[in-house]
Amino acid sequence: MPTPSPDLYQAIILDHHRSPRNNRALEDGACHAEGYNPLCGDQVTVWLRVADGIVQEATFQGQGCAISQASASLMTQALAGRTVAEAQALFERFQRVAQGKPEPQDGTALGKLVALSGVSAYPMRVKCATLAWHAMREALGGAALPAAADERTGGRADASRESSPSAAPPARLPAQ
Amino acid sequence: MTPVTLLATTSPPAAPAAGGLDVARVRADVPMFRPRADGGRVPAYLDSAATAQKPQAVLDRTLRFYAEENANVHRGVYALSAIATEAYEGARERVRRFLGAATTREVLFTRGTTEAVNLVAQSWARPHLRAGDVILLTGMEHHSNLVPWQLVAEQTGATLREVPVTDAGELDMEAFHRACTADVKLVGVVHVSNALGTVNPVRAIADAAHAVGAVVLVDAAQSAPHLRLDVASLGADFVAFSGHKVYGPTGIGVLWGREALLEAMPPWQGGGDMIRTVTFERSTWADLPAKFEAGTPNIAGAIGLAAALDWLDGIGIERAAAHEQALLAAATEELLALGGIRLFGTAREKGPVLSFTMDGVHPHDLATVLDEDQVCVRAGHHCTQPLMRRFGVPATARASFGVYNSADDVARLVSGLRRARAIFG
Repeated sequence: MPTPSPDLYQAIILDHHRSPRNNRALEDGACHAEGYNPLCGDQVTVWLRVADGIVQEATFQGQGCAISQASASLMTQALAGRTVAEAQALFERFQRVAQGKPEPQDGTALGKLVALSGVSAYPMRVKCATLAWHAMREALGGAALPAAADERTGGRADASRESSPSAAPPARLPAQ
Repeated sequence: MTPVTLLATTSPPAAPAAGGLDVARVRADVPMFRPRADGGRVPAYLDSAATAQKPQAVLDRTLRFYAEENANVHRGVYALSAIATEAYEGARERVRRFLGAATTREVLFTRGTTEAVNLVAQSWARPHLRAGDVILLTGMEHHSNLVPWQLVAEQTGATLREVPVTDAGELDMEAFHRACTADVKLVGVVHVSNALGTVNPVRAIADAAHAVGAVVLVDAAQSAPHLRLDVASLGADFVAFSGHKVYGPTGIGVLWGREALLEAMPPWQGGGDMIRTVTFERSTWADLPAKFEAGTPNIAGAIGLAAALDWLDGIGIERAAAHEQALLAAATEELLALGGIRLFGTAREKGPVLSFTMDGVHPHDLATVLDEDQVCVRAGHHCTQPLMRRFGVPATARASFGVYNSADDVARLVSGLRRARAIFG
């Protein structure tokens, strides 16, 4: 039997792909945003219920490759209970790791999300992993922060802008 | 002249063995498939429908042009410029022979198929079309033979009409004949579908189009590497193809058009080399084909394309096609034997394109798993989003074959698919 792919398709990713967590829409009171990658058709909608500056609940629905859907599923688990600032910092941190940059040694550790760091070896797949994260940041922008660099997408995160992480305003960057 | 020594080995053109094709000799001609100095694995390259790998002869000829013959064309009085011009115009003559065209006046060099289609859209269609006119296209056109017509429809008030595609991925010819009415002024059809492999009945389409007075453009990007193109028997008015899919360089392509049509068309782009006289207020145009080649052309690209056509001719396009068809048949059979595979494009006549999905595995994941074994397939919508929508999928995986592919490439594809099945269960 051929050896399974050790780096990218780890068991935890396959598990979240087969049995996505928090895979539902949220009703009233939740903010949401859609992420869409026009290059491959991957689509994810992320819902966030934010109260008192804390993400109470995060859910998603979508369709696409295993990486995009597992990443969304893992993200919803990682976000629950975080402050908005922590969620922003997690976005930056996750994006760094997905792009193959070292994870900063301070701040909130990625935990299980590290399983997705294998995408850094596949430049064409980085956007799959970060799609839900862009949507999350878009949704947060609508909920708790003044609209900034992403406002021109009108609530739709466009993964084709992945190559310019500097689009995030300085206020959102984690301490480095 | 001293021989160019910057590039290593140049093997003689692959002489076909008696009967079948000697694929080992063909592969020896192509640097991409030579053993790696670093011991790395040679890729199983199954994406020739996107772009073909280049034979050494094309690289050598291109390098020799830059090293020994480089000068601008149609300009200098000096001998070097004459040599460059001769090589460039010689390439045009080579393309004329490839197409079976009557004269080099009908052979225009472009950046590729896309630019060729845009040239016809802007220079023929835009001045000719008005509100009420119809541009008839098939549901399996590449975006490059759809979007230029959307632009010209917006500019002229003409409308687009679509010929539907059957479940097998063939054109619904009854629907085509119903749609091909007197208000149709242009018919655009892909000769071989890049996403399905379907070979379309171009001659029948051209005859019906001419019966209602429409002109016909054939996108031959996918057929040029696999079928003998003969513009007289195709019956079209315009034929476009790209150099890079027929083993030549990127950035060079061809538009063939009927001389009478090209003569009557205004220039598309203005600039140097396409004029006869220029005053400050106005200009008169050069004769064909220069009228449509403003600016310094891709001289080395055209010369490299001619070398690619020589290389393919040395193998024999019919022999190449027979080899590719054998690979397609074997791969189709082996994929279906795996189970859980859905094929897209099961036309009776196909180019060497195998478009498919595997149950439970997204095409992008499939392509990544295959990539881990250095098996290169395309995954995506193949620039045919309306066609993907028609089949109800966002994407497919696509293996496509070139003359240099071997049975081993098929075996690596199948083994990679088994591995994907094992991972995703």
